[in-house]
Formats: sequence, structure tokens, C-alpha cells
Amino acid sequence: MALTRGEMAQRAARELRDGYYVNLGIGIPTLVANYIPKGIDVMLQSENGLLGMGPFPMPGAVDADMINAGKQTVTARVGASIFSSAESFAMIRGGHIDLTVLGAFEVDVEGNIASWMIPGKLIKGMGGAMDLVAGAENILVLMTHFSREGESKLLPRCSLPLTGAGCVRRILTDLAYLEIHDRSFVLMEHAPGVSVQEIIAKTSGRLSIPDRVHEMKFSR
Amino acid sequence: MMVVPLIIEGSQLPSGSMAGFDKRVQTYVQALDGLRDGMTVISGGFGLCGIPENLIDRIRLMGVKDLTVVSNNCGVDGFGLGRLLEGRQIKKMIASYVGENGLFEKQLLCGELEVELIPQGSLAEKIRAGGAGIPAFYTATGVGTLVAVGKEERMFKDRRYILEPSITADFAIVKGWKADWYGNVIYRNTAQNFNPLVATAGHITVVEVEEIVSPGELEPSSIHTPGIYVDRLIQGSFEKRIEKLTTRAS
Repeated sequence: MALTRGEMAQRAARELRDGYYVNLGIGIPTLVANYIPKGIDVMLQSENGLLGMGPFPMPGAVDADMINAGKQTVTARVGASIFSSAESFAMIRGGHIDLTVLGAFEVDVEGNIASWMIPGKLIKGMGGAMDLVAGAENILVLMTHFSREGESKLLPRCSLPLTGAGCVRRILTDLAYLEIHDRSFVLMEHAPGVSVQEIIAKTSGRLSIPDRVHEMKFSR
Repeated sequence: MMVVPLIIEGSQLPSGSMAGFDKRVQTYVQALDGLRDGMTVISGGFGLCGIPENLIDRIRLMGVKDLTVVSNNCGVDGFGLGRLLEGRQIKKMIASYVGENGLFEKQLLCGELEVELIPQGSLAEKIRAGGAGIPAFYTATGVGTLVAVGKEERMFKDRRYILEPSITADFAIVKGWKADWYGNVIYRNTAQNFNPLVATAGHITVVEVEEIVSPGELEPSSIHTPGIYVDRLIQGSFEKRIEKLTTRAS
């Protein structure tokens, strides 16, 4: 069985370490905040100028001056700080964020990522995604293995305009956790009930299979 | 040894002698006096948070055309910079994300509107650099992407960077929380966003705030935008529309 969105977020959350400053992109990456392991404290960065994002406000405590990068009303947690957009991107571009989790349309064996533009469709803009992928040492891409059109999203070479070149090393899909080494996707873990054969069939870029591929475990 | 007081007490104010530093204007007409067709306007705000909504409405009313507008986003239909689209006043939009606006899409597709998309961090830094007198800077953001097309590229310590020119504008419009007569400004929560950068990058910088307080009321070390950047200051009332209301289950 392919992982649910919640399971993907739960698996991604295992990459968090105590004391990490983390930026979570829009979509499934946002859900990672719901699965922060016990005993670990992380500080969530929102690129509109908030370090230490808290939960959504109670209905009576909504503040129009307090939003996240997804433009949702949020709160600030204890230990939070608020600053300008220039300061926010100094953190990002200066390599101060410990982990960035973001979605993508495509990833290739060179570590290229395409996530912002589909030619022919309306171009909405890259927002902070190009800064995040260029600035972070530690990027985890969270996406489905296949597109809605049934095409592999793990490619020999990205077909869509890039968000960043040569910056991705780790990918978590609904079928597998993979790393990129020597211009090849390396299968590290498979989802419960998903066969290695299925992952091979659904990966278009070069794929290496180590002797042992672990099965992901989830407490239900 | 002489002791110099750091903060002048209210009673010691040089009354009537601060005219040159009093940035207050009385009307929105005065606030945007001099804005003409074809000028570049740079605006603070992120989404609808911390946007100078009354100054934007005044520009709508003035009807000036062919503006180049620099802002992270372009408002929504019927609010914020979306109102300038209604007036067909924007010739070119420079932004990082413009996804929330139907009219924007329509004007873009029929060629009425030109758009330049810039990574959000580069946009912030371009404005910061513009205000700081830095003509351009190198950044790794956008290397190997469409953003790098036509830009000078250079290696530093085995890494590729592109040269990004800075941005300044004829008018900068800013939304603050509190300011004193000198134009020292404080922002509230994430309504800060691009506003302090934008304030530095205008040939004429106009700030609208929720409250103008008397000199001496703001703690000097808590000022976000020092008054040196501010040319005109006005107090307004704000709708503060929320784009995406999200709450916890109560």
C-alpha cells in the first residue's frame, strides 16, 4: 500500500532532531508539524518573518497581523521571534536552517528539482522556493512517486523549468525513501506492502537497489 | 565629566523647532502628492498582511497609469493592489508570487500587464540593497534556472552565483503600526515583512500607521524604521482583511 499523506508526514518527521530550525513547505510538508516525535523540540520558520510558529489561533484570538507564509492565521510559540523579510531570507540563504521539507513536481538523478512552473499553465511565481533550495544544506523532498497523469516524478533529467540545480539529496515518496548518490536514486526504504519491483517500474531515473532495503514501520 | 541624557524628556522638547523633522501630513492627497504616470511604486506587505491599504486606495482614486509596481504579491480581486488592476493602472508587476488574483491572470494573458517574477529572498535583498546604496549583489538563488537567464555568473569558492541588480522606486508605500512625529516606525507581528526594507528604497517614502504618538513615547532601541528613511507620515484606519482564516477547533 502506498503511504497516506499522514504516513508520509510521520516518516518525514523522523528526520527531525532536537534543536532543529525547520522550514516546512506548503502541502504535505506542512503536516510534518503534527508528527514531531516526543522529547524533541523544533522551531518552525515561516519565510514571511516568523521563527517559532505555533498552532492556529483559538477562534476568539485571531490576529490579522499574525500569518504564516501560506497566509494562514497562526500564533507564535514561546521562544519565537519576528523580523523582516530580508532577515528571514538571510537565515535561509545564509544556510542557517537545519532542515527544509518541500514538495516538487519532478526530481532527477542530478539532484535537480522542479516545483514552481508548468509551461502552458498559469505561472504563479516561485515565492521563496528557489531561495530555500539554494540555501539549505539539508533538503527533504516530499512528493508522490507518480504524477496524476501516471508519469514517474523521479527522472533521468527534469522536464520542467528548475527551482534549483543539484541541490536535492533525499526524497520521500508515497512508495519509498530514496537518496541520490553518484547520479542514481538509491532505494533506502520501501513503504509497507509496496514491492521493490513496483518501485523499479515506477522510477524512470537510474535506480540502485542495495542488498538490504528496509521496510518503513508505522505505529497505528 | 559631563553626563549627556540619552533620551530627551518630553518637557525638554524643542517645541516648535522640529518643523524639519515633523513628517506628518494631514491628508492622503498630500501623502501621495507628486505621484505621476509611469512612475515606479514599491509596496510593503505579504499577502494582505501589513499592506498600506489606504495609500493603495488613494492611488486608485488618483487614477495614475502605467505604473511599475514592486511588491511580493499583488493583492486579491477587489482589495489591496488588486484595486490598481481594476483601474488598469499597472503596466508592469515585479513580484515573487501572484497566484491569488483572477484579474491579474486575465490582464496577463491578454497582454495588458507585464510581469517579472523574482525569488522572494532575492526580491527582499534587492530592495534592501537598493535602500543601502548597493547597486547589485551575487546570490546562489536561481542559479541554473530561468531566473539566471541573461545574468552575469561568477564563481566564489567553487560555487556558482548570479548577479542581481538592486531595486529602488520613485515612491515607497509602507504600513506601520506606530510612529512618532519624526517618522520613527514600529511594525506589529508579521505585518513587518517587507515594510522596513521598502521604507529604505523610495525616493519619496510614505508611511501610514495605525497610531501616531508624541515624540519621546517610542523606545529608541525598539524602532524598526528610523525616521531618516521617512518623508511623509499619516495616520489611517485599516480594514486588515484576512486572506486565509484558520483556527484551532475550539
